[in-house]
Amino acid sequence: MEKVSIISLKDIAVSFDGEPVLKGFNLSIGDGEFVTLLGPSGCGKTTTLRIIGGFVRPDSGDVFFNGKRITALPPHKREVNTIFQKYALFPHLNVYDNVAFGMRVHGKSERAIRQKVGKMLDMVDLRGFEYRNVNQLSGGQQQRVAIARALANEPKVLLLDEPLGALDLKLRKDMQVELKKIQKQTGITFLFVTHDQEEALSMSDEVVVMDKGAIQQIGTPLDIYNEPKNAFVADFIGESNILDGIMREDFLVEFAGRRFRCVDKGFRTNEPVDVVIRPEDIDISKPDDEKLTGMVQNVTFKGVFYEVIVDVHGFKWMIQTTDYVKSGEKIGISVQPDEIHVMHKSEYSGKFGDYSTFSDEMGDDVQPLPKAEGAE
Amino acid sequence: MKAVSRIYMFLLFLFLYAPIFVLVIFSFNGSSTMSRSVWSGFSLRWYACLFQDQMLLVSLRNTLIIAVVASAVSTVLGTAAAIGINGLNKWARRVVMNVTNFPMMNPDIVTGVSLMLLFVAAAKFMGNLALGMVSLIFAHITFCLPYVILSIMPKLRQMDPNLAEAAEDLGCTPRQAFFHVVLPEIMPGVVTGLIMAFTLSIDDFVVSYFTSGTTQTLPIFIYSMTRKRVSPEINALSALLFGTILLLLIIINIRTSRESKRSETLQKEA
Amino acid sequence: MKSKAAVYPYLVWMIIFIIVPTALVVVFAFTDKGGTFTLQNLQEVGQYSNIFLRSIWLGAVATVVSLVVGYPAAYIISRHSVSRQNTLIMLIMLPMWMNFLLRTYAWMTLLEDSGFINRALMACGFPSVHMINTQGAVVLGMVYNYIPYMILPVYSVLTKIDPSVIEAAEDLGADRRTVFLRVTLPLSMPGVISGVTMVFVPSVSTFIISKMLGGGSNLLIGDLIDMQFLGSAYNPNLGSAISLVLMVLILICMGIMNQFDENGAAEGGMMV
Repeated sequence: MEKVSIISLKDIAVSFDGEPVLKGFNLSIGDGEFVTLLGPSGCGKTTTLRIIGGFVRPDSGDVFFNGKRITALPPHKREVNTIFQKYALFPHLNVYDNVAFGMRVHGKSERAIRQKVGKMLDMVDLRGFEYRNVNQLSGGQQQRVAIARALANEPKVLLLDEPLGALDLKLRKDMQVELKKIQKQTGITFLFVTHDQEEALSMSDEVVVMDKGAIQQIGTPLDIYNEPKNAFVADFIGESNILDGIMREDFLVEFAGRRFRCVDKGFRTNEPVDVVIRPEDIDISKPDDEKLTGMVQNVTFKGVFYEVIVDVHGFKWMIQTTDYVKSGEKIGISVQPDEIHVMHKSEYSGKFGDYSTFSDEMGDDVQPLPKAEGAE
Repeated sequence: MKAVSRIYMFLLFLFLYAPIFVLVIFSFNGSSTMSRSVWSGFSLRWYACLFQDQMLLVSLRNTLIIAVVASAVSTVLGTAAAIGINGLNKWARRVVMNVTNFPMMNPDIVTGVSLMLLFVAAAKFMGNLALGMVSLIFAHITFCLPYVILSIMPKLRQMDPNLAEAAEDLGCTPRQAFFHVVLPEIMPGVVTGLIMAFTLSIDDFVVSYFTSGTTQTLPIFIYSMTRKRVSPEINALSALLFGTILLLLIIINIRTSRESKRSETLQKEA
Repeated sequence: MKSKAAVYPYLVWMIIFIIVPTALVVVFAFTDKGGTFTLQNLQEVGQYSNIFLRSIWLGAVATVVSLVVGYPAAYIISRHSVSRQNTLIMLIMLPMWMNFLLRTYAWMTLLEDSGFINRALMACGFPSVHMINTQGAVVLGMVYNYIPYMILPVYSVLTKIDPSVIEAAEDLGADRRTVFLRVTLPLSMPGVISGVTMVFVPSVSTFIISKMLGGGSNLLIGDLIDMQFLGSAYNPNLGSAISLVLMVLILICMGIMNQFDENGAAEGGMMV
């Protein structure tokens, strides 16, 4: 099913002060989709957005809008609108005038403007706030004004630069739902930038995972989660145990000193690979010779499940389970074949996926430090 | 403790204001030329003298022309410069800010003589022109510029850097974005800069003294009056100037307090 | 962004009217009337070392007096309520709105032998005191004219001190005197530094105050420069040399002051 792409980037390269930010960057965005650029800070996702918005001229490469080259087109001539990180509302204008700004610039009649502003404020639930000073609004309200202001311009594409970053958790969840609703309602293409993987997974039709100025993987949230392409994606999206393995033959992979049936094929015989196993896909049981066995090191109650760190021959596994185990207990670990995911080796191999230095990675925006390899 | 500090402040203000009040009182002195400090009855004769003084009126006119032109030009140039400086990278900004700070740290007299050297050389080069209004205006713009820039820079820094981009994003050309969004945002700084430039220009003596040739400005005129042994006219002039300034400040004060009250009530309504 | 281009007109202006003139001063200082290179002007400046020393001495005295008188004033003001503070600061600044020639002139009429003060003294039966045309009168004029430049930056720094820092000191057992000496005073140093520079620089380089209140006998550097450019001793080359020395002197002083406080001085100085 080939979708019409509304925006495409071809071979984009950008550097600031000699530091490359994007290199050989290609991306194509389907009309009417909710696409998310996801990556740690400094990965080039905001720069990508600013190139599409027209605020950054790429050093090389081209930007196409509906098939037309717009690389050199200034921002005010592009049919895209942006919601900025801190909203960039005009402090000298009230809510009404902020929303009306774009239409006034385009010389619309005041009558048409009044109608449209009313419609927009209805949509974002801000009826009655017309003559408020924008500085007196709460963060969430300012966010809504920014959305109304951008959409009043009837853009073909809406660019959102970490728009929910400044809101507290509860509000963020509400706005996620609301943004998704608005996107469905209007049918406008949304290009959303975030470093929050959960946000990306729950809102998007398509997720573009970026790191170090390059795309690591593009896919639906499900693809990205279940079939990560490399250790970076596996680690950045959710929790993963990433082990060194060897692909013995199709459907047979060896790791942790044992051979496992799996559902992956097409690797060279005896190719070294990375093996990903999600913590929630691991079953624990009484230890026996058939299974991997390990020592429970740490158990944390997380509400719905227990998070268990298990030492298996020096490699620390993370397991999420509803069964209670005690610290110091010896347990067996088993994994179903379809829950083993095999990836080719990449530059990220060996940097992630061992929980020996694990300490509740709260901030997803913090780039994971290279961890010492636990398993030899 | 409270009493001590009260007395202290009283003495300080006595020190600051006594000379001015003595001047003002003696501006109404009826005595002719005998002494500056013998009281001989109330009279307005020095005020009358003052308004018949052609030199004074000419110098007052010059001062106002220079102040209007210099403050307008330096505000436009300085606003543009501040925006430009804000867009520079760290290193270039540092260099430009050092150039900007230099005339403010440099003693006035050195700024004055250095400009005099330039103007004398330029006048000679362009065929025996003399220093006068033109050189005065150039000089005044020069020493006003840094103050304009420094009053605008903080406003620019406080401004959300995405504001201009948001305007362009919504369809403004860069020029429209400047006039619709950036300028209103930094307006308080621009106005402060303008007022500062205007008052600095009106008040300047040292730089004007070296760059005026034979042209008289008000401070130069005052200077020549103080050189005469006895000139009670000057008291009248002081009193007038002080009265004008007082009036202006009171008006400004009332307006700003009204405005802040208005915004306070707005805040309450919201 | 293309906004960078907006700085070019300004840069051209500053090059023509600041950098070129400053370069001219340097060129004049190192050449004679014919335009050939010489060090004679600078050597001649040495003859006036007594005038330099006098300027620096009087400027320093005026600065110290301004600090000693101004700091307590700034402190007292900063302890008032905000609206009261604004009024008091307004009153401190008001005289500055009057042309400084007139302010100095006012002291002339007060200090003269037949001036207001002497008449008042004599009316009370005291002998008259000779005040005008003395070094004391010059220092008085400097303090009178420039003391607001001391009070304002000190005041603004004092009001910016976080009250919880003071409370923390009290909480840790410091009495009021200790709080002032150990916390308030060190924290207000940036204001003091910029106040000191803002009083010292104009005091050292003044020529009006010395002319009006010092008579002919208390020449300062400024008078010397004035004489070379617009006065009887017309010699722009020597004048430039003196200006150059003065400029370097001031820049060195500022450099030293900035060493004391790297980031604070600029901030305090900005507010006036």
